[in-house]
Amino acid sequence: MLPTLNGRIQTRVLGLGIIGFFVALVITPVLPTGDLSLTQSYRVTLSVLLAVVLVGVPWELLYHGLQQFRWEKDWPTLFGLLTAVSEGIVVWLLVHYTTIVVPEDLRPSLTAYLIQFIITWLAFWLVVNGPMRVLFHRWRFAGGRFI
Amino acid sequence: MNGDLTPALIETDVWTDDMVAAAGIPIVDVPFVTIGGGIGSFVTFDTLRIYGVPAAAIASLGPQAVPWSSYEHLVRVSQIPRRERIRSDSASTPDNIWGFPSYAVREAFGARSLSGFIKPLWNVAVEPIFANYYTPRAGQVFESLEREHQRVGYAQSVRIGDVRMVRRRSGGGYFTILTPPPGSSPTKRVAFRSTYAHIAVGYPGLNMLPELQEFRERYRDPSKVVNAYESHEHIYQSLRRRPGTVMIRGSGIVASRVLQRLIDDRDKYRLRTTILHLFRTYVAEPHGSSIFKRRKGKDGWAYQGFNYPKSVWGGQLKAKMRKLEGEDRKQAYKEMGGTNTPVRKNWQEQLRRGRTEGWYHVMAGTARDLRPTRDGLTTTVVPDPSQPLPYPPPTHPFDVTVNYVIDCTGLEADIREHRLLADLLDHTGAGRNPLGRLDVDRTFELIGTRSGTGRIYASGTATLGGYFPGVDTFLGLQIAAREIADDLAAHGFCRRMGPMRSVHQWWLWARNQRI
Repeated sequence: MLPTLNGRIQTRVLGLGIIGFFVALVITPVLPTGDLSLTQSYRVTLSVLLAVVLVGVPWELLYHGLQQFRWEKDWPTLFGLLTAVSEGIVVWLLVHYTTIVVPEDLRPSLTAYLIQFIITWLAFWLVVNGPMRVLFHRWRFAGGRFI
Repeated sequence: MNGDLTPALIETDVWTDDMVAAAGIPIVDVPFVTIGGGIGSFVTFDTLRIYGVPAAAIASLGPQAVPWSSYEHLVRVSQIPRRERIRSDSASTPDNIWGFPSYAVREAFGARSLSGFIKPLWNVAVEPIFANYYTPRAGQVFESLEREHQRVGYAQSVRIGDVRMVRRRSGGGYFTILTPPPGSSPTKRVAFRSTYAHIAVGYPGLNMLPELQEFRERYRDPSKVVNAYESHEHIYQSLRRRPGTVMIRGSGIVASRVLQRLIDDRDKYRLRTTILHLFRTYVAEPHGSSIFKRRKGKDGWAYQGFNYPKSVWGGQLKAKMRKLEGEDRKQAYKEMGGTNTPVRKNWQEQLRRGRTEGWYHVMAGTARDLRPTRDGLTTTVVPDPSQPLPYPPPTHPFDVTVNYVIDCTGLEADIREHRLLADLLDHTGAGRNPLGRLDVDRTFELIGTRSGTGRIYASGTATLGGYFPGVDTFLGLQIAAREIADDLAAHGFCRRMGPMRSVHQWWLWARNQRI
């Protein structure tokens, strides 16, 4: 990836937002969410997705800062995968220990959270490293900007 | 012969239709001509075809029957046969404007073993942290180009010949004068009348280091002192018959390649070749003006995956360079340019062995007074004591004797040495950028050459020094092609390609369906 800061944020919000939405749409009915209704389950998964997108914006500022130490000013493919670990932990802490993301009675299990988070992240990572270029053919030359 | 240029035409900057007709030069009407006929012409043609321009609306003028022939010749003589890997990114795919699937993915899915499948994918997943950058084999690039050039009907637009000049036409547009091969046309010249012209003629020419050029001229011996971009197989053959010493000049990708060939042969045929490597600038450690601009370096070489930092092709540096003018741009080019080569494990291993076993020697400075002697060629090395060599550097000039000198510096000639480019500077209004090459705008329009509604565009190495640095690469040519296509769309020549058309066209590509 060869992102600019603006491109990072646009890709995070639009790319992750849209891909994550479709992932949530498909997997929510089959997630092990216990006795939550389908509506409640969707509320949980979409809230978690929103948290990943929004918490991701300050993360992108940090990544952009770290990128400045790289001569090539690139962001290796591997980094895009590994950052899932730190981001996943932070969002889990917010989900599990606060009511910012979901109310206490809707908190998902770690299993349900991990299934959603990992599938969303992998789908996003795979799409931005390939098929995104087919749909938005100028995107890779614009630092990840759509507009 | 009929239909030749007249003195009046040569001296006149803007031609009328009558002037051309009076000279007896036949006129072919075509909206868009691309000049060069190499990979730059091909990717521009390919992009325009995908945007929806019919093949009949484009003529590709140049000396090459297929667009990769000149490139393949240059990489082959500089020691990259089809089975070896070129220095190009996995997603720089001149046969596919989307870069998807990348060469690594295609190599994986074309593999016949599990390890052959995993290796390229693993490589692109962990590069450049745990592996050197993935690079495609030259053969894969040529085969994929062949497939695409058939798919988009490139051959039907090719007109073989040398382009002598592009002149503005009174009333708008341009005349491009082609000299077809003798006997292939009833007239000596053919004029193409177009609204748009695109120039991608590649290198204006390659120069040798002055002292090497002087030797060749004085002693009329082109066999012992060669440019790496010339065919020099005889040197490798001769070293197999008789042990010898080779001096290498330069420290870029070509030097790396030539060293690899010399050492591969040394290993394979148990030769006793000795290598003297003369650096002008010896890089001993990571270097740069600040912690944010530090490039790796060691053992004399500056290390970088590709010929510019990667983000010039799409990220931060691309965005930054787009805004720089004049001296600021020149300075930015200076900071990130310079000779460099990628880190590759086998090259590192070979040179390490050479240093340990004492058959690879490094020196830093310049050489002069190259002359034939009884044992071969003798030259006087003028050491540069400021260079951080791994041993106390000599302070006085000293003589060394070698059998061959291979110039890998890749010095490029001035654009004026190319007749077409010189004509554009003198008669069509083209100017020079801060690095002295053709001055193009962000849209790759050749500044100063407008003619009514007509536009000239230029891409490739002749435009280095513009708002976009990576011009001299596959991906750079594609980026230029897209900018040109978008600019043409703004002028109404074609439609700007949006997501729907992009996906549809990609699908046709994936199914190898002719368009």
